[in-house]
Amino acid sequence: MSKHDLIFRIAGDGGEGVISCGDLIAAACARSGFGIFTFKTFPAEVRGGYAMYQMRSGSEALHNQGDGFDIFCALNSEAYEINKTNLLPDTAFVYDDTFSPDVPEGVSAFPIPMTQLSRQLGFKKAKNMVALGALSRLFNVAANHLKELLVDRFESKGEKVVEANLEAFDQGYGYAATFELRQDLQLPAAGKATDVIMLSGNEAIGLGALIAGLDFYSAYPITPATEVAKYLALHLPKRGGTMIQAEDEIASISQVVGASFGGKKAMTATSGPGLSLMSEMLGFAFMSETPAVVVDVQRGGPSTGLPTKHEQSDLLAAVYGSHGDAVRIVLSVENVADCIHMTVDALNLAQTYQSPVILLSDSSLAFSTQTVPVPDLDAIEVVERKRWTGEGEYQRYEMSTDCISPMADPGTPCAMHIATGLEHKQDGRAAFTPDNHQEMSAKRFDKLKSLPSYYKAAEVDGDAGTEVDIGVIAWGSTIGVVREAIARLRVEGIRVKGLYPKLIWPMQVEQYEAFAEGCEQILVAEVNQQGQLAHLIRAETSLHPISYTLCGGLPFSPDMIASRVRELL
Amino acid sequence: MREPMKPKDYKSGIPPVWCAGCGNYGALSAIYRALAALQIDPANLVNVSGIGCSSRMPYFLKAYKMHTLHGRAGPVATGLQLARPDLKVLVTGGDGDGFSIGGGHMPHLGRSNVNLTYVLMDNHIYGLTKGQFSPTSRRDMKSYTTPYGGIEEPMRPLLYMLTYGASYVAQAYAGNANMCAELIKDGLEHQGMAYIHLLSQCPTFNKMDTADYFKSIIKEIPASHDTSDLRKAMRLIYKFKDKEPVGLLYQTRRPTLDECMAGLVEQAGGSKGYDINKIIDLARP
Repeated sequence: MSKHDLIFRIAGDGGEGVISCGDLIAAACARSGFGIFTFKTFPAEVRGGYAMYQMRSGSEALHNQGDGFDIFCALNSEAYEINKTNLLPDTAFVYDDTFSPDVPEGVSAFPIPMTQLSRQLGFKKAKNMVALGALSRLFNVAANHLKELLVDRFESKGEKVVEANLEAFDQGYGYAATFELRQDLQLPAAGKATDVIMLSGNEAIGLGALIAGLDFYSAYPITPATEVAKYLALHLPKRGGTMIQAEDEIASISQVVGASFGGKKAMTATSGPGLSLMSEMLGFAFMSETPAVVVDVQRGGPSTGLPTKHEQSDLLAAVYGSHGDAVRIVLSVENVADCIHMTVDALNLAQTYQSPVILLSDSSLAFSTQTVPVPDLDAIEVVERKRWTGEGEYQRYEMSTDCISPMADPGTPCAMHIATGLEHKQDGRAAFTPDNHQEMSAKRFDKLKSLPSYYKAAEVDGDAGTEVDIGVIAWGSTIGVVREAIARLRVEGIRVKGLYPKLIWPMQVEQYEAFAEGCEQILVAEVNQQGQLAHLIRAETSLHPISYTLCGGLPFSPDMIASRVRELL
Repeated sequence: MREPMKPKDYKSGIPPVWCAGCGNYGALSAIYRALAALQIDPANLVNVSGIGCSSRMPYFLKAYKMHTLHGRAGPVATGLQLARPDLKVLVTGGDGDGFSIGGGHMPHLGRSNVNLTYVLMDNHIYGLTKGQFSPTSRRDMKSYTTPYGGIEEPMRPLLYMLTYGASYVAQAYAGNANMCAELIKDGLEHQGMAYIHLLSQCPTFNKMDTADYFKSIIKEIPASHDTSDLRKAMRLIYKFKDKEPVGLLYQTRRPTLDECMAGLVEQAGGSKGYDINKIIDLARP
């Protein structure tokens, strides 16, 4: 009997090739037509330290990395020590036979001489490929796809390296043939997905930006956002766009604002520390009503924090991180598909509202590889800013009913104006009178009033009208975990529904209120210490949610959410 | 045919807010003259500034303008210039804006050879905040925040900009309108990062470095100076000792950042019409 939803976990030292081994399995599964969802943890250091790759493969849509694992592969004893408590009955345990673990009752053990076989080949670095071969044989991961992918991956390093890796793979594959297989842990021959692409959250943000017509990208290297820059450095020039690495994050957001004033669509991506540095220029973008998009791939904070770990703790900084009265549009993505489509939204909304837009992603999504449908470019709307028609006398900050004043790109005759951080009149001239400051402040805030109803509604998981005992609210990648928890709770007969806002700010207050109508209790699950979304909900709505927070550098599992809901009943 | 633009045609109609006797008036009038000499279309000119007295310049110019954040005119202008290489980009600012809070950006404007003209009005003091010492203030200067005199050496902007890789470096006394206009005109015509340092007195807060003082320390660069030689430009500054050289110190033509970017796009086979589906297909498993 084959299993449609299978979770692999591979762990070892950063230098042992854990990530490439996992990447290859994920790609082979996707090539076989399965949906995949990966989760990776890296050491913050370049060499050494614990690394883990979790790969969930399934025939249905996958929303999260799952609970625990079905198959665990330890490349060394430390990886075993870290994970041994998760070796539950019925799991399979594949390990390098240089150590002797205590295999718990009910766990199938598959000791493989990974180190020894790779040494015999004279190629110690191929230890992970021995493991890969063994995993392929033991759990029916398509060997033909793995070998094709392996050749692609190592081709640039020369024939010798390719040969050695293939040989290591075969050795592992051959050795594993000596074991009796676990029939309940075999991947089916093929899944049903056809027209899909497979990419990480960071790559998807880059792709979304290309689709939205990005002209200009500037960024400074920072974990875990740098892959967005890597992707756009490669692909943006193909579209005639400009990608530049700036001297720091202040410069990158400044360049974005300069390019945007020039009439171009411009974006940067960073993480928490970079967002902090950008806050002053984001205030300028707000004051001067210049479109600008900042992607914040959140990591553990504050300060340097946990640079490679998962956390959703920049929400308040994204919403409130500016001096003076200023407001930004804040969006948050749940999964890789969102990374594509909501990056388009972010660039569109920046143009529409002439506003800074912050798109929140997070570390686990940044590196999570997922299969998603090929985007239908014809179905995606790309928005341009409102531009001056050339009629009448141009005033950059002219009052209008929607409070959105037409922009004029430099080069436009008769529309010369100033973008300024000083308070200004409708024509841009500096003015500090009380009436003017009141009026212009109101203009800048009022133009966003239409947004909560204009932008897509927060998704309700469940029938909006039904009464339930618990309503769970989540944002960002936690949504995917809550989806699965809710599905499981329903099977148990528990009355529960979910609310998944993607527009975080300005808040869709009416949707929160409507959702709460039929809920006995509201639970807000998020990965930060303070309960940041819960805080905003209390401040902006009449809801009194129970906050469920986790702050350990890892995402929730569906089990954790389901258990917390059961406790509340 | 359109009437030729005269210097006054570049006035915005907003009168400058500077104190009487401020050196920045000379700089402003030189900018008007340089723009007229080149007949630059105001609609294709963008004046970017940061914060400070001299950073108010954009209000007084007829052009597209950005009055941004303290210290950030350089990177804002870089983004604008890269996005719109068809425009003429003029940055104006002061010593605190450019070399204190914005000092981290200066090396990159130079080394990247961003195609813009940077006119820095150096009055050796913070004027807008009423007289604190700046990174170019003389060490013994007493100021608002150095009542006992300063304890730090002034920096040497010209040497820095030469070292950073600016491809046009010149200095003038702001009161010498002819020389300023000439150097700014040449700087605007120059392809690459043109840095023009103007000694511009603050009569209100800097009682040491007055117009008379600046006039007494400047010394014209001899016509025999080889402006194409970086080492000679540096040596000249040292040779002048306590005198400030005025005139063109150095000029070279090397690829600008936007030219390099255009080359990179060409190398990638880039065009607006490039089919995104080709990029999407790369992500098929």
